[in-house]
Amino acid sequence: MEKMKKIRTPLSNEVIEDLKAGENVSITGYIYTGRDAAHKRLIELLKEGKKLPIEVNGQVIYYVGPAPTPPGYKCGSAGPTTSYRMDPYTPALLDLGLKGMIGKGLRSKEVVESMKKNGAIYFAAIGGVAAVIAKSIKSSEVIAYEDLGPEAIHKYYVKDFPVIVCIDAKGNNLYETEPPKYRK
Amino acid sequence: MKEVKLITALREEDIRDLRIGDVVYISGIICTSRDMGHLKMIDVTEKSEKLPIDFQGGAIFHAGPVVKKQGDRYEVVVIGPTTSIRMEPYSDFIGGLGVKAIIGKGGMEEGTSEALKKYGMVYLQAPPGCAVVLGEKIKRVKDVFWMELGVPEALWVLEVENFGPLVVGMDSEGNSIYRDIKIKGKKLIEKMF
Amino acid sequence: MREVNAKQIKEKVKELFLDANYCIGEDVLNSIKEASLKETSETGKNVLSMILQNYKVAAEEKIAICQDTGLAILFIKLGQEVHVNGNWEEAINEGVKEAYVEGYLRKSAVTDPVFDRKNTKTNCPAIIYTDIVPGDKIEFLVTPKGFGSENMSRLAMMKPADGPEGIVNFIVETVKIAGPNPCPPTIVGVCVGGTTDQASVTAKKATLRKVGEHNLDPRYADMEKQALEKINNLGIGPAGLGGNTTSLWVNIDYKPTHIAGMPVAVNICCHAARHASGII
Repeated sequence: MEKMKKIRTPLSNEVIEDLKAGENVSITGYIYTGRDAAHKRLIELLKEGKKLPIEVNGQVIYYVGPAPTPPGYKCGSAGPTTSYRMDPYTPALLDLGLKGMIGKGLRSKEVVESMKKNGAIYFAAIGGVAAVIAKSIKSSEVIAYEDLGPEAIHKYYVKDFPVIVCIDAKGNNLYETEPPKYRK
Repeated sequence: MKEVKLITALREEDIRDLRIGDVVYISGIICTSRDMGHLKMIDVTEKSEKLPIDFQGGAIFHAGPVVKKQGDRYEVVVIGPTTSIRMEPYSDFIGGLGVKAIIGKGGMEEGTSEALKKYGMVYLQAPPGCAVVLGEKIKRVKDVFWMELGVPEALWVLEVENFGPLVVGMDSEGNSIYRDIKIKGKKLIEKMF
Repeated sequence: MREVNAKQIKEKVKELFLDANYCIGEDVLNSIKEASLKETSETGKNVLSMILQNYKVAAEEKIAICQDTGLAILFIKLGQEVHVNGNWEEAINEGVKEAYVEGYLRKSAVTDPVFDRKNTKTNCPAIIYTDIVPGDKIEFLVTPKGFGSENMSRLAMMKPADGPEGIVNFIVETVKIAGPNPCPPTIVGVCVGGTTDQASVTAKKATLRKVGEHNLDPRYADMEKQALEKINNLGIGPAGLGGNTTSLWVNIDYKPTHIAGMPVAVNICCHAARHASGII
């Protein structure tokens, strides 16, 4: 396996500029979780001009709804959920300074444009590598929306969470550039 | 819109006179053929073998009848049209055999429209789900071929009297009721959304 | 008549769903290993290697291979000499509930699908298909079906004239449209024939057939080979990030059907093709 580049959160602009689509990266530091329901609530708060329960600026969000936590673990199996469902909510969060998103699958044109404008990265976590990812989650606490159960916003401390830079801040997109190379 | 009674063998000038919306009644001989029957016709022709009947001036009915055997004769119990679009790939081929009328339901597409223009054929819509009424217009079963395809898919040669009412759905000028409805429908959908 | 207690059924169902969620089958594991040797994309190799590592961790530590532990589906052959003491459906659902609650598996079932979408908190109701067969045994084949791949499945009511070429094209197009969403490399199950319902269920069962075994009818085996080759020529690759392993295998089954039709159901399964079988 290729050597992994180690990066820490919060992500600095230098780190973001340096990351290129296709790089294998391992993330250490705090990340937030959120999927459909949580995103919907955050955007509603923004529309009403209210304060968000998390500081989005400089942070990384992981699109995940984990399995329950077994004994001896800080989190249950936690692979990514499909990202495109969060597309409608993402540009607003990127405008607020969100620097990284971890998920799987394609993103919309609007999201990619907003990533280029704001300098942000989309990392792909591998679907179905949920047990390995669970082991990289060293602590987990609910920050907001506990009523949403697995869809609540959690704060995870992760160590060596393996991801691939899928879309970089220049808009280079692995889903677009790679498959044509292998098409026959 | 006119009502027309035709007798087989169908003549090209009579067929080229028909327009969409006309109502036709056919007397004489028609034959049935569906999916497997058409493939068999093509197979036989490709092998330069002889087809069991002469299709010149003929009418093909997209149908698979319910039959009963009385002694050594077959009788049609009920018969109704099947969805014609499945036979779309074969229209030019049957035009080439001399067929002048295709009877079915639901219409066919542009390939068939071109074949109707080219060969002077017409597409006639038989009333769907009216298998009893249509069955009554079958005077007798003249012959049957290719029973190895099963009763519904065999080539049934039927003597008919005033078989109909059949509505001209597509004519030899390239008009098609089905195309007109699709275009209208598309415009409505665009308006709605 | 052979007596089987509802409790035995519950225990077997529980055991099988835990097993299915923790341990991937040998055939799938070997297929991924083979693919990782043949894969030419570096990213693709990396993804396959992570997948193999994940299977190992999940099996050793008994945690779910994927957090989408799916809806619970069971295909059961109930011997007609068996008499079940107790409530058949309740026993099966209890087994599913216990597996999902005690096994730290995610409960992903919601009640009404349109309005309330309230989580049932038990991952029930299970989806149960039962065939009555000769004999006095009960054979279970269970699969937790995740929805990333289920959502990419399709059904087409094709015409007989569409033929094998039409069928292969529909299968390949389905995989192409799915792209990265079903977590490639996928296993594709297909059923040609039957009715809409029979084709769909049979396609689901086809995803559970052993990877590496073709349909015994050489004409259907040929369609399987053609579809697999064309799919892997799409270049979608592991996790959709490019490569030559987009699908591990294509299984095509067929059923007798109506003279006027040729239904084709394509069910997609992600690489975590989880299933387990057992007998009472």
